[in-house]
Amino acid sequence: MKKIATGNKAVAEAVKQATPGVVAAYPITPQTEIVEQIAEFVSGGLMPTRYIAVESEHSAMAACIGASITGVRTFTATSSHGLLYMHEMTNWAAGARLPIVMANVNRSLGPGWNIWAEHTDALQERDTGWLQIYVSTVQETYDAILMAFRIAEHNDVLLPVMVNLDGFLLSHIMQPVDTVELGDFIPAIYLPHAIDPKHPAGYGPLTGPDQHFKFRWEIERSMRDSVKVIEQTEKEFAERFGRKYGFTEDYRCDDADVIVIALGTLGKEAEVAVDILRNEGVKAGSMRIRWLRPFPKLELKGKDVVVIDRDYSFGFGGIVANEIKAKTGISLYSVIAGIGGQEVTYDDIAGFVRTRRMGEEFWFGVNTHV
Amino acid sequence: MLKCTSACAGCSDSLALRYVLKAAGPDTVMVVPACCTSVIQGIYPNTAFNVPVYNIAFGAAAACASGMSNAFRAAGKKTNVIVYAGDGGTLDIGIQAMSGAFERGTDFLYICYDNEAYGNTGMQRSGGTPMGAKTTTTPTGKTDAKKDIDAIIAAHDPPYMATACAAYPQDIFKKVQKALTFRGPTFLHILAPCPPGWRYPTEKSVEIGKLAVKTGMWVLYEREYGKVTIGPQSKAAMKKPLPLEEYLSPQGRFKGIDPKIVEILKQRIAKNYQRLAAEEEASA
Repeated sequence: MKKIATGNKAVAEAVKQATPGVVAAYPITPQTEIVEQIAEFVSGGLMPTRYIAVESEHSAMAACIGASITGVRTFTATSSHGLLYMHEMTNWAAGARLPIVMANVNRSLGPGWNIWAEHTDALQERDTGWLQIYVSTVQETYDAILMAFRIAEHNDVLLPVMVNLDGFLLSHIMQPVDTVELGDFIPAIYLPHAIDPKHPAGYGPLTGPDQHFKFRWEIERSMRDSVKVIEQTEKEFAERFGRKYGFTEDYRCDDADVIVIALGTLGKEAEVAVDILRNEGVKAGSMRIRWLRPFPKLELKGKDVVVIDRDYSFGFGGIVANEIKAKTGISLYSVIAGIGGQEVTYDDIAGFVRTRRMGEEFWFGVNTHV
Repeated sequence: MLKCTSACAGCSDSLALRYVLKAAGPDTVMVVPACCTSVIQGIYPNTAFNVPVYNIAFGAAAACASGMSNAFRAAGKKTNVIVYAGDGGTLDIGIQAMSGAFERGTDFLYICYDNEAYGNTGMQRSGGTPMGAKTTTTPTGKTDAKKDIDAIIAAHDPPYMATACAAYPQDIFKKVQKALTFRGPTFLHILAPCPPGWRYPTEKSVEIGKLAVKTGMWVLYEREYGKVTIGPQSKAAMKKPLPLEEYLSPQGRFKGIDPKIVEILKQRIAKNYQRLAAEEEASA
């Protein structure tokens, strides 16, 4: 059914259809609309869900952990400082192999208080064992939430999934969204290690140096196995509902000499920049990274690559640019743009491509090449 | 509780645990944050518990239990959800999550076993450490008073809360059984004497626990829907309390305690008992 919705409302709608047993969440701008909408669904009897209005994000994730280990489907949503506050528990959720799904509305970190889009919040979580996807439209947000439950709960994965959408630029933007008749697309959850008093066990007890690494390796093995599960899930989604996705969204990349890479709405904006550049005779393409964990295989050899990071690792560089460098070994042009909601237009992106200086880093607005 | 835990010799927490678990029965899940009880379970792949134990980060036990209880109740299961946390995990790092879980009316039993310091990290001061006690982070004795967590819990108005002491295991048994008959959040605060931390011989845990009650340093009472009932052990003791020195002197942690602090402690004992007796009378 076609509707008009914000990114936040699309998250709530998808969660409603996935019918989690427990949602535990705490409000934070610009995520709040998600939990308000879910609370309204629950109190209106539209979702057979227990909504736990916890007193902090740390407790939100802890409550999701406690609920999830009983074997029920579990969801939460957060943003920025909320995500960082639950950092201890995001590690716990992955380590405990709990298929919790979380929407994170990407927002800058203080001080000073800034509520606008930035990816540093989620990127600080990239080593926790969560699968991470970054979306760019309201439709994609809705679709990603639905697929996230199926992927997380797949018994070859059993890891939590974080769906990232840009604060305001997507969370509060109204776009058309075509909702689906879900049917059996998300099978009933089965958690093989769910708590059962009839079969007592110790969960997460003291684990010695002769054992701990084995559990860590299991997380990595499942992260690797998740590649196939993501591919299968997206394939079946396309077959059932007609919308096709992938680890990256490639736009006019086949014959491109220069490729722009970014996450989220910036990656979508880059497609307009590509059209502008093509009209000028520049063979440009855009490769929007969707899944950051597990990290996609990127074919970039022989191309000029311009990476736009709406994030930064101080003393190191743009996080996505450096991840790409580490995985592909290529030299690229690293642009830091959009920090704390800084406006970046498609003209700006086209400009980055025109004036690229391979191997260098450029802070948009500050205008220094390093 | 199975035989062969990895508790220290003379540990009163393992004594308390045995009775807690006996009273709770098999349809029970324990939620345990970082504390001595994380250690007592033993090392993977072994466990000394005969019920599921969910270990969780230090400040998160009540929130985790809150999610678990909601999930069980949503599934129509009556499984007891019991948080079993130390004084650090309750009075200090876990207080926010605990307060939230009580305020939300979580259907669970929260047990704080209180050995008055951070035990498994080697006895550092906690909010539960009494004034005058030496710990590794208060080497000359704590200058601040013990936090009154019971008053804080009482402010949340749970249907049932009680204090207990590991030296009175049958009392623990009864109170756990009773707590589990209520719907909503219930609280049990167990004083758990600790031989290495409090620095007394390992065979004296029960004796020290009884002295805590007989001197009035620890008062056994229940609060049921606001109605306070002081336990017979404390009532009898407080008719003619033993001198506080009898509790303090066998414990190395109070060695060389300033007599002025002993006086303050005595005043606090008297005031605390008067307050509880007045509450008992007022709520009768």
